[in-house]
Amino acid sequence: MRIPPKYTQILAVTILGAATVFTVAVLVFIIVFVLSKGLPGINWEFLFSAPKDMGRAGGIFPTLVGTVLLPLMAIAIALPLGVGTAVYLTEYTRETRLTQVLRFGTDCLAGIPSILFGLFGFIFFVVMLKMGWCLLSGGLTLAIMVLPTIIRTSEEAIRAVPNSYREVSFSLGATRWETVLKVVLPNALPGIVTGVMLGIGRSIGETAAVIFTAGSALRMPASAFDSVRTMSVHFYILAREGISNEKAYATAAVLIISVLAVNLAAYGMMHRFIAKRSR
Amino acid sequence: MNLNGEKIAKYALMTVAFSAVASLLLIAVFIFKEGLPFMFKVGLRDFLFASDWDPMAGKYGIYPMIVASLWVTLGAMLIGAPLGVAGAIFLNEFVPKPVMRVIKPTIELLAGIPSVVFGFLGVMVLAPWIRATMGGPGLSVLAASVILGIMVLPTVISISTDAIGAVPNSYREGALALGATRWQSVYMVTIKAARSGIIASIILAMGRALGETMAVIMVAGNTVKIPHSVTDPVRTLTANIALEMANATGMAREALFATGVVLFVVIMILNGVALSTIKGRVRRK
Repeated sequence: MRIPPKYTQILAVTILGAATVFTVAVLVFIIVFVLSKGLPGINWEFLFSAPKDMGRAGGIFPTLVGTVLLPLMAIAIALPLGVGTAVYLTEYTRETRLTQVLRFGTDCLAGIPSILFGLFGFIFFVVMLKMGWCLLSGGLTLAIMVLPTIIRTSEEAIRAVPNSYREVSFSLGATRWETVLKVVLPNALPGIVTGVMLGIGRSIGETAAVIFTAGSALRMPASAFDSVRTMSVHFYILAREGISNEKAYATAAVLIISVLAVNLAAYGMMHRFIAKRSR
Repeated sequence: MNLNGEKIAKYALMTVAFSAVASLLLIAVFIFKEGLPFMFKVGLRDFLFASDWDPMAGKYGIYPMIVASLWVTLGAMLIGAPLGVAGAIFLNEFVPKPVMRVIKPTIELLAGIPSVVFGFLGVMVLAPWIRATMGGPGLSVLAASVILGIMVLPTVISISTDAIGAVPNSYREGALALGATRWQSVYMVTIKAARSGIIASIILAMGRALGETMAVIMVAGNTVKIPHSVTDPVRTLTANIALEMANATGMAREALFATGVVLFVVIMILNGVALSTIKGRVRRK
């Protein structure tokens, strides 16, 4: 017997709605659960003192420093490369076989799992270039990992700059490069910053690529050639080796708050950027 | 600036534009250079289809891990794909636009939760529950599948939503005008029109599940054994690399790079399929 369309409609909406509510509920539960277990353990001392006894006691300050330094280093390397690529693709060339290859390469790079970045960073930077486990090896590896994000967001931001802006600049006698520097990039800036924030967010949460390239030394780095431990790696070691669940939850809470704050800033920026463009 | 500077800028940018492709090639070359010779030394059959993994004794069969990766990835898709696609359809077709504009970014925001946090919750919440209700050690194929299934939800929802949103409204209106109910117009028209984007979202999510490492290490149990039930512990390809990397040298390290080669090839095939499916449909709309 056929079920009348009226009932399939009700049935479908109920099932789809339940699936959606379930999905959102699970994701929200994860955040609430970690925060409720972790927030009580966070205080001034936890954030700004050194860990004691492998992390069983004390704070997370060195890992906080690592979590700030490593993504910054990655962005410092990836930003000029990514924005340069985006400028070349949008301002200096037409769609050709070559740009197709460049785009395909970017898309493929985006799909590579982080453990393979870790393997590569280890064998290339750490072993072959003899840099050892250090901030620089980790930064270079993460830079390659976030490069596709930066290229894509920058490209979209640059494309969104109206052509009339460029035409006015050219008509005033500016060259292409001057137009890029003084007209295109300033107008695309919010979009580019969005990409940077997303890249930072991804770097903060990354573990597999970092642990094999930046190492996991639990002390303050004195130079770019010192090993660092990020919060993600610290949390992984605390949880995996069962060192301290209490400290693990607190670290996870700080980690989640940082990543969400960075991503939220990125989305806020993107939203304002889109709103401004569509006006 | 003079014209000479113009030229320098142009060529500098052109060089920089190769950074992503060059990185990709560099990664491929180094992983293959370390891994391929090993594969031929041991023999493809003894590497891919043998079940003994014991680097100390010179046995390098990764078959159990290939099976484990397949099980865990398929399990994750069984959970993540229907939920994600259902969510995407519901958000696009049955929810007022303002509500969707809040929920979609929220879900995408959650994509930023670090994978280690998912893994930890799997250990603290999910594994004990599985142990209590279904027996076994708790850390298992099932635990890994559920955690990965949740982790890929934002990927599936985000890309599927874009694909469904890109279907012209006139399609829906046409179906409704012919007397279809909302749901009929969805499954007879909208889903078919957005099919390529939805499939691509699932394939990309598959790549993500297959490549995930830290969360899987924490919840899958890591025993090198072909699983016979969903409550058996397993070790995936990615977990194998990460677990043994720290102390492996010589042949054992080459074996891990060879595992990386297998992973690289499979992921590249998945990405290639996904990209060619999306091409020209969802992107650059």
